[in-house]
Amino acid sequence: MTAFADTDELCRRMEQAGYITENSLAVSLMLMSQLNRPLLVEGDAGVGKTEIAKALASAYGCELIRLQCYEGLDVNAAVYEWNYQRQLLAIKMQETEARSVADKERHVFGENYLLRRPLLQAISRPRSPVLLIDEVDRADEEFEAYLLEVLADYQISIPELGTIKATSIPYVLLTSNGTRELSDALRRRCLYHYIDYPDYNKELRIVLKHIPAIEERLAGQIVSFVQKLRKQELQKRPGTAETLDWAAALVKMDIASLDSNPAVIADTLVCLLKTRDDQAALPPTVTARLLAQSV
Amino acid sequence: MNGGVATLPHARRRENGPDGGPPVLAGRVVEFVRLARAQHFRVGIQEAKDALDVAARVDLLDQRQLRWGLRSLLCSNAADWARFDQFFDYFWLRPNRRKVALPLSADRFAPSASSTYASREAPPEARREKDGEDTLERVGASRRDVLTRSDFSLSQLNADTRELEQWIEQVARRMRKRLLRRYQIRASGHRLHLRRTVRRSLRYGGLPLDLILQERRRELPRLVLITDVSRSMNVYSYFFLRFARGIIDAFQDTEAFAFHTRLIHVTDTLKERDSHRLKEKLAWISAGWGGGTRIGESLQTFNHDYARRLVGSRTFVFIMSDGYDTGQPELLAQQVQQIKRRARRVIWLNPLLGREDYVPSAEGIRAVLPYLDLFAPAHSLESLMKIEDMLVRL
Repeated sequence: MTAFADTDELCRRMEQAGYITENSLAVSLMLMSQLNRPLLVEGDAGVGKTEIAKALASAYGCELIRLQCYEGLDVNAAVYEWNYQRQLLAIKMQETEARSVADKERHVFGENYLLRRPLLQAISRPRSPVLLIDEVDRADEEFEAYLLEVLADYQISIPELGTIKATSIPYVLLTSNGTRELSDALRRRCLYHYIDYPDYNKELRIVLKHIPAIEERLAGQIVSFVQKLRKQELQKRPGTAETLDWAAALVKMDIASLDSNPAVIADTLVCLLKTRDDQAALPPTVTARLLAQSV
Repeated sequence: MNGGVATLPHARRRENGPDGGPPVLAGRVVEFVRLARAQHFRVGIQEAKDALDVAARVDLLDQRQLRWGLRSLLCSNAADWARFDQFFDYFWLRPNRRKVALPLSADRFAPSASSTYASREAPPEARREKDGEDTLERVGASRRDVLTRSDFSLSQLNADTRELEQWIEQVARRMRKRLLRRYQIRASGHRLHLRRTVRRSLRYGGLPLDLILQERRRELPRLVLITDVSRSMNVYSYFFLRFARGIIDAFQDTEAFAFHTRLIHVTDTLKERDSHRLKEKLAWISAGWGGGTRIGESLQTFNHDYARRLVGSRTFVFIMSDGYDTGQPELLAQQVQQIKRRARRVIWLNPLLGREDYVPSAEGIRAVLPYLDLFAPAHSLESLMKIEDMLVRL
C-alpha cells in the first residue's frame, strides 16, 4: 500500500493529477485505504465524482479498473464469462484425443478460457488497483446484493473453478446519482462522502487548472456567472463539467470578457443549460442581468 | 496542518486500549457512536470499532480531521451528511452544548409522520368506525354483493367500513398475483444459456446439440400511488389510502403520496402495523386540510423531488383524484405529461366516473386525458376489481 505522509500530501498529489481536492475528501480517501472499506460518493451529476477515481489512481500510481453499471448488468458482464468460442474450438481439437470427457471438461473450464471482467480483474492484480463502480444505483437490486458479498469477503466463487481469493484488496469507489435508493446494507458497508457544487474559489482553481489558456479575469466572470445560475430554479443545474465546457467554448471563440458580444454569449449558453425547459426558464432578460452581475 | 492520518496510528497504541487512542477519548468516541445510533445514523458494531480506529489515526490536535473521519464513517446518505456537523458540534464542542438544539432525526425523504399524526385527535369518522365494529357480525354472500357494489361514499354512513377495508386489501393482494403471473408468462423468453450448452456439447464433440435455454429474469413493476385527500375527495380518500396500504403490503416496491395543496410522502405512515394507530393516521391524512386542491403544483413537487428516483420504465403511476383543481389546467397537463414520459403506465382513478350523470368536464381532467393510459372509475370495490382486469390487459 502506498502510504502518504499526511492528507496534505494526498491533496497535493491529487492536484497534480488534475483534481482539486478538499482536505475533508482526502481524509475520506485515507480512511478508505486504511480501513479497507469501499467509499460511496454521492452528489449531483457533473460535480466530478468519477474524476476522483481517475485522480486517485494516478496519485497512487496504480491501475484504474472501471465498472459502469446499468439496468440489467449481470454477473457475466461484471465478474467473469467463459470464452465460448475458444472452448468450442478446443473441444473440436481434442475430439480425436483419447481422454475422458471429465478430463476434457476440466481442460476447457480452466483459467485459460476464462474472460475476466472488471470485478474479477480488480481482485486478481498483484498490486491494489482503484476499482470504480460507477452509478451503482443503475444496477438492479440483485446485482447490488452480489456486489455487497464481493466487497465484504473480496473473493469470488466460480462453480467450475472454485473460489478465487483476492491477491490484493482494491481501493473501491462507488458513485451514485440517486436514481434508485441503495440498500441499507450496502450503505452501511461503505464509507460515505457527499460532494457538493464547488464554491467560487475552488471552481475558479478548477477552471484555471483545466484550461491553462484562459485569462484569469474571464475565468472569474465565468465562475461567478455559473454560481449565480445554480441558484436559479432549474431542472438540471450545471455541474463543474459544464463550467469547463463553457469556458473552453468561450476561449475557442476568442471572447475576452462576458460583457462583450452578448448575442454570441447567449448562444453559447447551451453548454450550461441542457434541457429545453431550462432554456425556456431563463429568458434573455434574466441571463443579461446575471451576466451583468458577474462582470 | 500537520495532519498525520497515515503516520501516527501505531505510535498511539496503548496496552489497555485495543484500538489505540487514549482511554478517555475512546470512551467519548464510544459514547458519540451510541448517541449517533440513537439519532438514527446507520451504525453497527463494526462502525463502532472503526470509529475507535479513526480516532486513533487522525491528528487529534486538528479537530477537523476527527470530524471528517467520523462523518465519512457514520453517514450513509445525503440527509445524514447534512445534519452531521450540527450533531458533531453538539457532542464535541462543549460550550455550545446548551445553545445548539439537537437535530431531529427526520429523514428528508420520509417525514416521520408517525409522531405527529398519532398525537392528533382522530377525526369523527375514525371514532364512529370504532363504535361500529362490535355491531358487525357474520357476513353472508348476499351482503358481500351489496357491499361490493355500493359506493364508498355511502358505506361510510353505515357501519360497513371494516369489512370493506379488508376486502380492499384483498383486492390489492390479488392484483399483485395477477400482475406477477403475467410477468412470469411473459418472462419465459428464449435465451441461450451458453455455459451449460457448451458443457453439454462436450459429449457430442463440441456440437451444441442440446440447447439449454434460460428464462429471462422476471421483473416486478414498481407502483407509485398519488392520492388526492382534498375536501372534495373527503369521502373517498380514506378508502384509497387503505387501498394504497394493501398495495404497499403486497408489493415491496411501492411508494405512496397524498396531496391537497401540497404533496407529502406517506409510504412509511401507511406501513404502520398497529391497526388503531393506522386508522387514526389514515383518518387524519384523509380528513384533508380544506382550502382547495392544487394537483398541478403537487405533481410538480413530485416530478421535481421524487420522479427521477421512483419513476422508470417499470413504474405504474396511479393518480386517484376527482380532478377538481383550483390551479391552472396547463400546469397539470404539463406535469402529467412529464410523468407519462418517464413511466410505463399512467392510470387515473376517478371516483366520480362511477356516477351515471358524470362527464369529465373539469378543465384539468380534460387537459390530462390524452396522457393517460387508463382513466377508470373507482368508487366501489367492484370498480377496483375491474381495474385489476384492465391493468393486466394494458
